[in-house]
Amino acid sequence: MSRLLMTGNAAAAWGARLAGVEYVPAFPITPQTEIIEMLAGWCERGEMSARLTMYESEHSMVTGAASAAATGVRTFTATSSQGLLYAMEMVFAAPGWRAPFVLVNVSRALASPITLEPDHTDVLAARDSGFIQIHCATCQEVLDSVLIAYRLAEHPRVRLPVLVNQDGFHLSFTREPVDLPEEARVRAFLPPFDAHQAGFRASRPVSQVVAVLGGSPYSYFRYQVHLAQREALDVYDELAAEFAAAFGRHHGAIETYRCDDAEVVFVLIGSLAGQAKQAADRLREAGLKVGVVRPRLLRPYPASALRAALRGKQAVAVVDQNLSMGSGGVLYAELAGALQGCEYMPLLVSFIGGLGGRDIGDAEFFAMANEARDAARRREVPEPRLLYTARELRELRKLQAIAGTGGVQEETR
Amino acid sequence: MKTAANILGDALFATGYEVQDAPRYGAERRGAPMFAYVRAADRTIVERGAIVTPDLVVVADAGLLGIPAAGVMQGASEATWLFVNSTEPAQAIRAQWRYPGQVVSWPAGFTPPAMHNAAATSASCAGAAARMLGVIARETFESALIAQSTGRSAGAIETTRSQGLAAFDAMGGVDRCVPEGGEHPATPPASPDWIELGADDAALAAPDIYAQATSEQARTGLWRSHRPVIDYEHCNRCSWVCSTLCPDSAIRVDEDRTPRIHYDHCKGCMVCVLVCPAHAIRQVSEQAAQAQEIEP
Repeated sequence: MSRLLMTGNAAAAWGARLAGVEYVPAFPITPQTEIIEMLAGWCERGEMSARLTMYESEHSMVTGAASAAATGVRTFTATSSQGLLYAMEMVFAAPGWRAPFVLVNVSRALASPITLEPDHTDVLAARDSGFIQIHCATCQEVLDSVLIAYRLAEHPRVRLPVLVNQDGFHLSFTREPVDLPEEARVRAFLPPFDAHQAGFRASRPVSQVVAVLGGSPYSYFRYQVHLAQREALDVYDELAAEFAAAFGRHHGAIETYRCDDAEVVFVLIGSLAGQAKQAADRLREAGLKVGVVRPRLLRPYPASALRAALRGKQAVAVVDQNLSMGSGGVLYAELAGALQGCEYMPLLVSFIGGLGGRDIGDAEFFAMANEARDAARRREVPEPRLLYTARELRELRKLQAIAGTGGVQEETR
Repeated sequence: MKTAANILGDALFATGYEVQDAPRYGAERRGAPMFAYVRAADRTIVERGAIVTPDLVVVADAGLLGIPAAGVMQGASEATWLFVNSTEPAQAIRAQWRYPGQVVSWPAGFTPPAMHNAAATSASCAGAAARMLGVIARETFESALIAQSTGRSAGAIETTRSQGLAAFDAMGGVDRCVPEGGEHPATPPASPDWIELGADDAALAAPDIYAQATSEQARTGLWRSHRPVIDYEHCNRCSWVCSTLCPDSAIRVDEDRTPRIHYDHCKGCMVCVLVCPAHAIRQVSEQAAQAQEIEP
């Protein structure tokens, strides 16, 4: 094992290489990432024996990935942001095929307006597709999650595609130390794909995409995907334990940080957890017991693990780096659903922050923890809050003044 | 600067630190300001993204000091050291920009054979930073320089190596001047001035631009590190090649077919230098050109 500085993109590529993937369908143009560039270089130089094929769109790329996986070939692909959206029709179709492959998404905010920096609205658009979703907070986790994802995807009780998510810039372009496991040890953990009876062969035709069905058989098949996801919760725990035994790193369905005695807990996903942990340390020095809970698995949703971690806490500040327009934060709504009706559950306070990569500093984590604690003391659920300052609005008004009003009265500003 | 951050990151990692380095940039390509952040610590680094309170700021292009939107000096305090790649004396820079901390200047990109060589500038900036941190051995830094040049020509590797080490050696007087950042301040941070954002009229709330020619207000010419200069004696007045191929439409042609470069909006991409059929456009260091303007 060697410890190297590498980006999240490199970690994802190494994950695919170490997993021994056989087929990499890829769309080569923006918003594609360096993940595919690295894999293409290795394939070209013969350092990897996979077949890499360039497709004309992410839609076709995901079709290619699901088709290859259906034939029993270990398949990897990657995209980002608008690319995931372009593939969306097939993102919803592939889980119904019960095709096991791994797709790494580099999360970036969606248009319009347009930005390059990360938030989670892109990956949450795929939330209800049937893809399993693993959300990473470090580059090491990206590599490890790709390996675990293949075991999970190919498990006979699961047999679903897995999306491994990493944040653009904060992981994808950020170099940090990553343990690169030895190939032989990876192979012991992750043997070659044994497709069993599912393997599609020319000599044994199978019709894997059936004709139009009525609502009743349709319900059966769709609900089977849901049940497979629920199975994946237990399978995931087993695999995480097995991975920890083999490599010494435990990546649970949820990560908890200083939660045991916490009064206030931040709940969030992705790499923002680093800032939350740092703030939790500082808040403890200032006298408020704060912890962090980070779901790694978002689908299947680890409801019982979250209930266990949050039971008895006073307040939870849910930080949603996404926005479901007309409703609010997706994590907040899901957590409220998971805790509903349970005893000794904390008051939930919703914050929307980090949209389009907007930074969230210590000062804002302090203020969120204090607001959540105060709300719990008053026993009042405050309105969801967008993290947005007076200074930001002043700067925006300046831009709007340059852009002109198009006839809107000056006094409305 | 991404390369400079990678070199510095590699050297710090090889020294035994936990390291994180990351670039940050927008949609604009060539010439747009870009940033890279390097963190080093003796334990796992959990913080990510922009560095809010830097211990050292390295500026490869001194022109950025004058662009408020670049925010070069954001978060700098009396304790923050500033290295500027410039021929200007440090004290003059400090006075001109009212910089609160200590300033070091050195012409990283201006010494032959590194003239106009971005890779050499990166190596020099990394070298200056490494010596100012003072925790990286010269041999460790040299290995990092060579490792980051892998795959380039022997000459290019040698330029990177020699320029990086020249900067490292030149900073002997400020060896280890940047202290290791202590723990964060003991006092809790000030409350953010959050506001409740209200709904605006849709005509205002849509990201539309009604005003004409707003791009004129963005003086993208400030991004330039080098400028194209037309030698009118050799310009053959073809009237269209440079002006048509300029990606920023920053070259207009007079009625007598004479091209004029509008330096407020020329980003210094040098496409015109490459395409001019008469080879009548040359590349000049922006700093040298500005010095000439001041002393005609």
